Amino acid sequence: MARHNVLGAVLVGALALSGCSGAKVGDSSSGATGDCGTFNLAVNPWVGYEANAAVLAYVAEKELKCKVTKKELKEEVAWQGFGTGEVDAVVENWGHDDLRKKYIDEQKTAVSAGSTGVKGQIGWYVPPWLAKEHPDILDWNNLNKYADKFKTSESGDKGQLLDGDPSFVTNDEALVKNLNLNYKVVYGGSETALIQAFRQAEKDKKWVIGYFYSPQWLLNEIKLEKVKLPEYKAGCDADAEKVACDYPDYDLDKIVSKKFADANGPAFQLVKNFKWTNEDQNTVAKYIAEDKMKPEDAAKKWVDANADKVKAWTAKA
Amino acid sequence: MVAVAAPRQLPRLLHRYKQALIIGGIVLAWLVLWLLFRNIGTLPLDASALTPLHRWINDINDAVGASRNSNPVFLYFFNEIRLVIDEFVTFVQALIAQPSFGRPVPVIGWLGVVGIAGFVSLAVAGWRVALLTIAGFVFLGLQGLWQESMDTLSLTLAAVVISLLFGIPLGIWAGLSDRANRVMTPVLDFMQTMPTFVYLAPLTLFFLIGPASATIATLIYAAPPAIRITAHAIRSVPRNTVEASESLGATRQQTLVKVLLPSARKTIVLGVNQTIMAALSMVTIAALIDAPGLGKTVVKALQTLDVGTAFNAGLAIVVLAIVLDRVTTAATERRKLPRWAFFGGLGVTGVLVYLSYTYLWAAEFQSDVEIGSSIRQGATAVTEWAQDSLPLITGGFKDFVTFVLINPLQALLAESPWFLVALVIVALSFLIGGVRAAVVSAVCLGLLVATGLWQDSMITLASTLVATIMVMVLGIVVGVWMGRSKRADRFIRPVLDAGQVMPAFVYLVPFLALFSASRFTAIIAAVVFAAPVAIKIIADGIRAVSPTTVEASTALGSSSWQTIVKVQLPMARGALTLAANQGLIYVLSMVVVGGLVGAGALGYDVVAGFSQGQLYGKGLAAGVAIVVLGVMLDRLTQAAAKRWTN
Repeated sequence: MARHNVLGAVLVGALALSGCSGAKVGDSSSGATGDCGTFNLAVNPWVGYEANAAVLAYVAEKELKCKVTKKELKEEVAWQGFGTGEVDAVVENWGHDDLRKKYIDEQKTAVSAGSTGVKGQIGWYVPPWLAKEHPDILDWNNLNKYADKFKTSESGDKGQLLDGDPSFVTNDEALVKNLNLNYKVVYGGSETALIQAFRQAEKDKKWVIGYFYSPQWLLNEIKLEKVKLPEYKAGCDADAEKVACDYPDYDLDKIVSKKFADANGPAFQLVKNFKWTNEDQNTVAKYIAEDKMKPEDAAKKWVDANADKVKAWTAKA
Repeated sequence: MVAVAAPRQLPRLLHRYKQALIIGGIVLAWLVLWLLFRNIGTLPLDASALTPLHRWINDINDAVGASRNSNPVFLYFFNEIRLVIDEFVTFVQALIAQPSFGRPVPVIGWLGVVGIAGFVSLAVAGWRVALLTIAGFVFLGLQGLWQESMDTLSLTLAAVVISLLFGIPLGIWAGLSDRANRVMTPVLDFMQTMPTFVYLAPLTLFFLIGPASATIATLIYAAPPAIRITAHAIRSVPRNTVEASESLGATRQQTLVKVLLPSARKTIVLGVNQTIMAALSMVTIAALIDAPGLGKTVVKALQTLDVGTAFNAGLAIVVLAIVLDRVTTAATERRKLPRWAFFGGLGVTGVLVYLSYTYLWAAEFQSDVEIGSSIRQGATAVTEWAQDSLPLITGGFKDFVTFVLINPLQALLAESPWFLVALVIVALSFLIGGVRAAVVSAVCLGLLVATGLWQDSMITLASTLVATIMVMVLGIVVGVWMGRSKRADRFIRPVLDAGQVMPAFVYLVPFLALFSASRFTAIIAAVVFAAPVAIKIIADGIRAVSPTTVEASTALGSSSWQTIVKVQLPMARGALTLAANQGLIYVLSMVVVGGLVGAGALGYDVVAGFSQGQLYGKGLAAGVAIVVLGVMLDRLTQAAAKRWTN
């Protein structure tokens, strides 16, 4: 008997609850899709890229009424997606000559969609306190003088040159050899390892020199100084073994799938016309990385403040 | 007993003494030759240099990619598999995680999921576990991670279901047939030790970007435990039980269904448990190919080194793991729920599901009360404190261990000529395991040379050995403590679970501040992941020592220390060797993570191969080298174990 009472009480209680409370699912209808269709946007894993993608996705969704599907992928996988038809656009590409050759020239599944307007730099950086106390360190000719100071448990009796993110091409081993530097390249292996090293170096005045790049959100927090290497001239990095010059400046560009470009829809027009500056990207990257805003909120804030720039991207659509 | 056994042991002791002398002699000779031939024939390879083998693999990879859209194997075979798995995962997601069927919310909202989870736990695991499950799931919602958690749960469940669908039949087959077992073992070794990074990109080529690839990546790693443990369970059913059944005239099939499977049930459930744990440990890696869920939150947070957010999501994975672990573990004991409780529970669950289908408040977790932000802030504060106040001490400790342990071992292994190291290892293998072991080692060493990554392999081997030593020290100290004290066990076990499934990078961010990017940091990461397994195995081994033996020893006036050293540890040596073996394998599975924090060598080769097209072949070769190291060390420790426990 008792058990039936328990059951009954529960059921009655539940019915009472449902009778008196709450909005029902489906009460409010939402969402309208325009003629833009689905836009598959790759999101590579760094904040600068995220900034580009956030703004593009926001504009595509709000102004062009596209259905944007963001896919979080590493570069290799994203490019591969051009061929399988699952990625429409990569919106910040750092060189990657090997991928260009494979997908643009050979498989012909991808095409370039022009510059993002952002300039990328790769090189060797030191924390600001070091650049201030020993200004001559910013010239590679003086690096051997300080090699002792950069010794760590990993570099033996040489100075440590901390390399990092395996995603980027590095010529550092060849550079150290060809410039006769008394350094050993130590592979930190991730961007995280580099950022932690530089943060600590600045805080505790430790000696760190390492591979880094701009634009990068950390540079908003710590103004790392770039060490001058022998000037880059076209072709000086042709033979990977004999490189003895600085990295080239990168014109960061956009790559889209051939199909997406041929269809020539509004989303493609937007990607093609999208162009801004390092400063713009840094602003949005700061919203995301330091102010911890959601990418869409960060994008909204920037778009609202820069309506004229956005208009130029969508005008011709 | 002891007195009787002693005379028989004497010749064996003498034999062991002689063998120790020989091993000592080999090591001494190695040291002398090392001094003479240092840095000759070490087969080094620069970070960006390639061998013809690596280029050849690149070409194959490119060719496969280029033919994807025309090759019938892709069109009719892989595509079909992909479709089925995609549909399955998407269906589970539609049920509990993603807006679906034109609704702004999933079919079953949070209240319904909590109800179902609670009811299932009640039915298979009892009241206490059911309460834990309900508390755990509500906690996920309070963390502000309901949808992410459900996405992760969907993917994990899908991967586990498919793993078991294939794993249990395969396991039964391997349990019944020695030949099947011999063929399967190396394949399973391969699946478990081949770093995921190596096959992640090709997977998306075969199965496209989406749930299918993520599920397959997960199940490659998660299925082997189910197969192995099922086979083991079938094999360990006592022979005479099977014979009795056969003599009564049962057919093979009857014996399997009526005798073997019921007696193996408990162990098979353990396999299910291990498969779930393995699947959850893949959550973050699968996020790199767009797998939805908590892994994405972790990966994204770490781009800005936001440890708080990453920890919150990592904690959700740990909560899921603990709940699923406790439910499956409790499910090994058969229990009967009273009928009224069963139907009452079913009724309540039905009502909850209905509510969560119909009403918004029961569908979407309300975020008024939430604890996620406090968890985030707390984790951030702790991390910052540790990073600010500890590096001086920890940095010194790192330097000490590096100079005393890592550097000498690495110098010996990586700076000796390759043939000298190979000769020493083959000789030691022969002493430990006879001709068979020597042949296995020789083949493995030959393969290492063939990968073109000999020196990197030796550097990785040195770090692996140091990490395994640390794992065993921790394993014995904590394992004995837990084995002797129930209360210690209750407090430490959740910490161990956390160590196994918390995504490594969450704790690696502060570790990088404490120990810099270095081989030592990589070793510590491996220890955090591998020690829990060793500790659990040793604790179980200590607990299994018969209490009467321990009591007898105490009654004879032995101190606790004497009881541990003279009675409990020797009697648990089977567990000790298993712990060493599993510790090694788990350490090896962290080599790639080590590559992300300064270990260099094979780990870095794999990571770089995943990130740069022209290094793909080298990354694959490095993955193979890790597998080969794993197989060699596994067979060696097993041979040593056999010798020691007999």
